[in-house]
Amino acid sequence: MITVKKMVTALQMQLPVNRSVLFLVLLMIGLCAATVMSLGMGGVEISVRDVFVHLGQRIGIINVGIDAFDARILDSLRLPRIMRAIIIGAGLGLAGAVMQSLFRNPIADPGIIGVSASAALGAVSMIVAGHLILGGYYAAFGPYGVPVAAFGGAVLATVVISILSRQDGRTDAAIMLLIGVAINAIAFAGVGVFTYMADDAQLRSLTFWQMGALSGNGATDLPALILMVLGITYLIRLGTPLNLFLLGEAEARHLGVEVEHLKRRATVITALVVGAAVAVSGIIGFVGLVAPHLVRLATGPDNRYVLPASAMGGAIILTAADAMARIIVLPAELPIGLVTGIVGGPFFLGLLIVEKKRRRL
Amino acid sequence: MTLMAHKADFKARGRYLLRDVSIAVEPGEVLAILGPNGAGKSTLLKVLAGELAPSGGKVFQNGRPLSTISALDLAQERAVMPQAASMTFPFTVFDVVALGRAPYRKLSTRQFDQKQVIRAIKLADITHLADRAYPALSGGEKQRVHLARALVQLWGMKDANQTHVASDGSISAARFLLLDEPTAGLDVAHQHAVLSLARREAKECGVGVLMILHDFNQVLSYADQVAVLSAGEVVAQGSVSDVMRPELLSSVFKSRIRSINDPAGGVVLISQSA
Repeated sequence: MITVKKMVTALQMQLPVNRSVLFLVLLMIGLCAATVMSLGMGGVEISVRDVFVHLGQRIGIINVGIDAFDARILDSLRLPRIMRAIIIGAGLGLAGAVMQSLFRNPIADPGIIGVSASAALGAVSMIVAGHLILGGYYAAFGPYGVPVAAFGGAVLATVVISILSRQDGRTDAAIMLLIGVAINAIAFAGVGVFTYMADDAQLRSLTFWQMGALSGNGATDLPALILMVLGITYLIRLGTPLNLFLLGEAEARHLGVEVEHLKRRATVITALVVGAAVAVSGIIGFVGLVAPHLVRLATGPDNRYVLPASAMGGAIILTAADAMARIIVLPAELPIGLVTGIVGGPFFLGLLIVEKKRRRL
Repeated sequence: MTLMAHKADFKARGRYLLRDVSIAVEPGEVLAILGPNGAGKSTLLKVLAGELAPSGGKVFQNGRPLSTISALDLAQERAVMPQAASMTFPFTVFDVVALGRAPYRKLSTRQFDQKQVIRAIKLADITHLADRAYPALSGGEKQRVHLARALVQLWGMKDANQTHVASDGSISAARFLLLDEPTAGLDVAHQHAVLSLARREAKECGVGVLMILHDFNQVLSYADQVAVLSAGEVVAQGSVSDVMRPELLSSVFKSRIRSINDPAGGVVLISQSA
């Protein structure tokens, strides 16, 4: 991050552009680089040159393709997977940034206020007790049952949190955060109960929801991914209203923001994005917390830049984490949630320690 | 064209915080709100700002009921300087002031905004703080930042040179500035600076100013009209010279208040323990 900052300063001296805009451009380049490198990594090594040739052939600039086996790996395994990583990473990073502004609290994150856990609870209850809940319809519902339940869990948690934290027609952000923490505990207890009830085969798929995986479920992921893209395009434009929100709810209203309206919309759409992310990939922690914090080091707190940068930062982090997950324990792969936890946790801790020193008087 | 409350009530849990309050902020005039703690002064300001909806009665801004005006339209006609705004994210002072331009983000240009922000920062005497992080400021410095923010909002799309109300009446809607205890936490020099800035907006630009004050002598020197609140009701209202009488104030504030002649001219009001 510090080297990036230096690069930004150096570039800025030569070009008369806004430093934050420059940072966004750098992130974009970083995301492309991470994508290309990640495409080459895994059980079968594919050189960067081959990746470029293949991409070139796919969009029709180059006539000669690469080895058919490699091409199939790229097309049917890695490209879809990396697309998922990018969309989910962007969604989680952005959701974290939006929630932090909404709650005016830098530790807010969909993981912390229980949205992710509730989504997992939905998924887990469907895996373990789906045939009891849906009965004869279970088969008809088929592969959509679990993601829809995950999604429902996230939305339900958000609705419960917003109803409980309303009082006299307004919402107290601090209470909302605490209620979220309580919901989180309840949801995890629920996941525990179902884990206890599950049989061996079910346990196997439960781990998937709790530790995350980007392998996906094929075409059934498509609705969730489209929903996430729509949610991201809405949330990413909330920069100015969310900046005003940071001043305080009353102040935001004085400055022309329909506060309750914004709060309701932003929370619901954030829940949709997170719910869809969990539906596709299970719980992936830390991205929503780490990505916005990292980008704020470079852009400052201005949400007009923090939101797009968090989306791109989240995408880079998840793409990189996914590449690591694929190569650390070859030929197997680590659950992605483990990687973000193992790498992200200590990294975040280090970041906080640096930040703490900086704040010394 | 005023900002007025008409027979406004505000009830919370069956208790009246405001009862039958009728008050009008006139363009070009400074209205001071005076009253003991808990009299409902801030509640009245919130009702006038549209932050709280009155439980009875009506509030009008420039002739339109407040409840029918969108937050953005409201924001383009009135600015509020709050008592204390907390913000933990490290925005710079310049950025916080620039947030006051948000209601005009679709109408204005970056250069114009920048110019207004710099002028307000200078007027509020925070030029030396412009690059500092807002959360690191002292209480009084934060107050001045919010004054500057309210000013850039109030100025709207009006240019710095154009300080008088256009004679052809081209300014359609009057503008209002609401200040909640603007002098709290400020040193004496800055108290006067803030109050005279507000008064100048009223006198030179035709802004209707409402401010909650505690100091009787500041009311005497900076306000045209004054309303005294007690237990949610207006107990006295009128021009400063009519209302600021020692007998009336003594009974409302339950404290002995005397008027003495100032050798430099005029009178000063002093309060003494009984």
